Amino acid sequence: MTASQRLLKKSNKSALQMEMRGKSIVLISALIIISATIAITIFLGTKGLQAFFNNGVSIYEFLTSTNWNPTNAESPAYGALPFIIGSFAVTILSALIAAPLGIGGAIFMTEIAPSWGKKILQPVIELLVGIPSVVYGFIGLSVLVPFLRDTVGGQGFSLLAGMIVLSIMILPTVTSIATDAMSSLPKGLRESSYAIGATRWQTIWRVLIPAAMPTLLTAVVLGMARAFGEALAVQMVIGNVRTLPSAITDPSATLTTIITLNMGHTTFGSVENNVLWSLALILLAMSFIFIILIRYLSSRRQF
Amino acid sequence: MNSKVTDRIATFIFYLIAATIVTVLVGLLGYIIFHGFSKLNLEFLTSPSSSFRAGGGIGNQLFNSFYILFLTMVFTIPLGLGGGIYMAEYARPGKLTNAIRTCIEVLASLPSIVIGMFGLLMFVNLTGWGYSILGGALALTVFNLPVMVRVCEDALRTVQRDQKEASLALGITHWHTIKTVLLPAAFPSILTGAILASGRVFGEAAALLFTAGLTTPTLDFANWNPFDSTSPLNVFRPAETLAVHIWAVNTQGLIPDVREVADGSSAVLIISVLIFNLLARWIGSVVHRKITASK
Repeated sequence: MTASQRLLKKSNKSALQMEMRGKSIVLISALIIISATIAITIFLGTKGLQAFFNNGVSIYEFLTSTNWNPTNAESPAYGALPFIIGSFAVTILSALIAAPLGIGGAIFMTEIAPSWGKKILQPVIELLVGIPSVVYGFIGLSVLVPFLRDTVGGQGFSLLAGMIVLSIMILPTVTSIATDAMSSLPKGLRESSYAIGATRWQTIWRVLIPAAMPTLLTAVVLGMARAFGEALAVQMVIGNVRTLPSAITDPSATLTTIITLNMGHTTFGSVENNVLWSLALILLAMSFIFIILIRYLSSRRQF
Repeated sequence: MNSKVTDRIATFIFYLIAATIVTVLVGLLGYIIFHGFSKLNLEFLTSPSSSFRAGGGIGNQLFNSFYILFLTMVFTIPLGLGGGIYMAEYARPGKLTNAIRTCIEVLASLPSIVIGMFGLLMFVNLTGWGYSILGGALALTVFNLPVMVRVCEDALRTVQRDQKEASLALGITHWHTIKTVLLPAAFPSILTGAILASGRVFGEAAALLFTAGLTTPTLDFANWNPFDSTSPLNVFRPAETLAVHIWAVNTQGLIPDVREVADGSSAVLIISVLIFNLLARWIGSVVHRKITASK
């Protein structure tokens, strides 16, 4: 079919009808996206609140107690604090590794070796994105955990293992957004800095990084959002205990790992099951918080 | 310290960071492919898995993964395309457009386990299907939709404005212009994006744990009646995918050869994702060359 045939093919419907039909089809697709988002929020919201309103679990106890024992028949306890702290701990610790590595990689690609650095690192980052999370978990389980057991002691299943696995997983997210941020800075910034005699490092540290800061922070926050919600890879290496870790080499648990582990073993509609949905509600609330944070950061963007 | 010395040290550190990132990837890929490759043979790839004896394969899981991927793409491509066209061509700045954009952002940032739990409520319990392929594919559609919308929107936006304006100037309606001018021009990028998204869907596990389930019935590959419970095509049967299988054998497996199965399955998963990546680049450039005049 040539271009002219494609363009001028006669239709037996009027052009206006076709226009309206096409517009409504795409509008419906867009509305499906809205309804899916609203449905997720409403469904998880109501289900997550059931434990508090129908089963009488105290919200205060849920958020502040460290005693989690929902299957205890006499006095079940629903303190989710160890998992909330666990989630935040692995997220923040992995961001502490991934942020300098990712931003450093981005600077390497844009400032140090733009010609060949990008050719090597770009596909590496893309491939790292593509590796499924269970594979990260499996390598963590079969290589990292035994390694940690032999070198730092303990069981190997630890906060430390979770943090290392997560930091590699979020590295590509941080790097690719940071690369965009650095390469979209106006050229004049670099040139004027070099013109007044600054070295490359001074230019990067005093001019480019501050200028790109809001977007660099966005990159880190997006990485943290990913780390906070990651389930299976962390579950395989973190050890999944109910107590608070006292050291980085202690086993721990996160919101996602407790949900993954227990969802299949509890009966739908029971209190033990409902508190798991409350944990999911925290995850949902956190991803809204991350979005608000990202919106705030991108509104501060200068370039 | 002399500023030149600092500059040297900083440069060295940046080289070190880049080298670290490359080493991590090479190490990961090398480890998986080196360990898994020796386990790959036709028998492993085609025989059904075993739940407690050694020597099980991944035949059913491999089939399930591709089947769920196929169904997911059947749902996401039209919806994503529709959403992308709306965002690129019809959306005017305003409340509705803002709402859609926020929703895409929210969907994209939701952890996949949350989408899996939503799938559990909606497609497993509410519909009464139980763990099913269809439920899994629908959950993955929710997971994949924001990516697809973005891919299509970006592809349409990068089409030269002249082409669209020329078509509109000839008196051709907007919808007809989209259909006959913009979509063909954006097709290579949409295809590349869709294949890359397929790689992501293929490796996804958390969203499938609670929707497609952890089991697969004994499948009879000679039975192609889609309504039969042993038929591989039945969309209402539970289906464990390859990624879920890796997680399941490692965390709750009873088989003695967990390492072998996990090594082999990870290699298959990684090689498939690599193929999706290479395919996306290759097909993208071939199609681009075919339908445009550029070399």
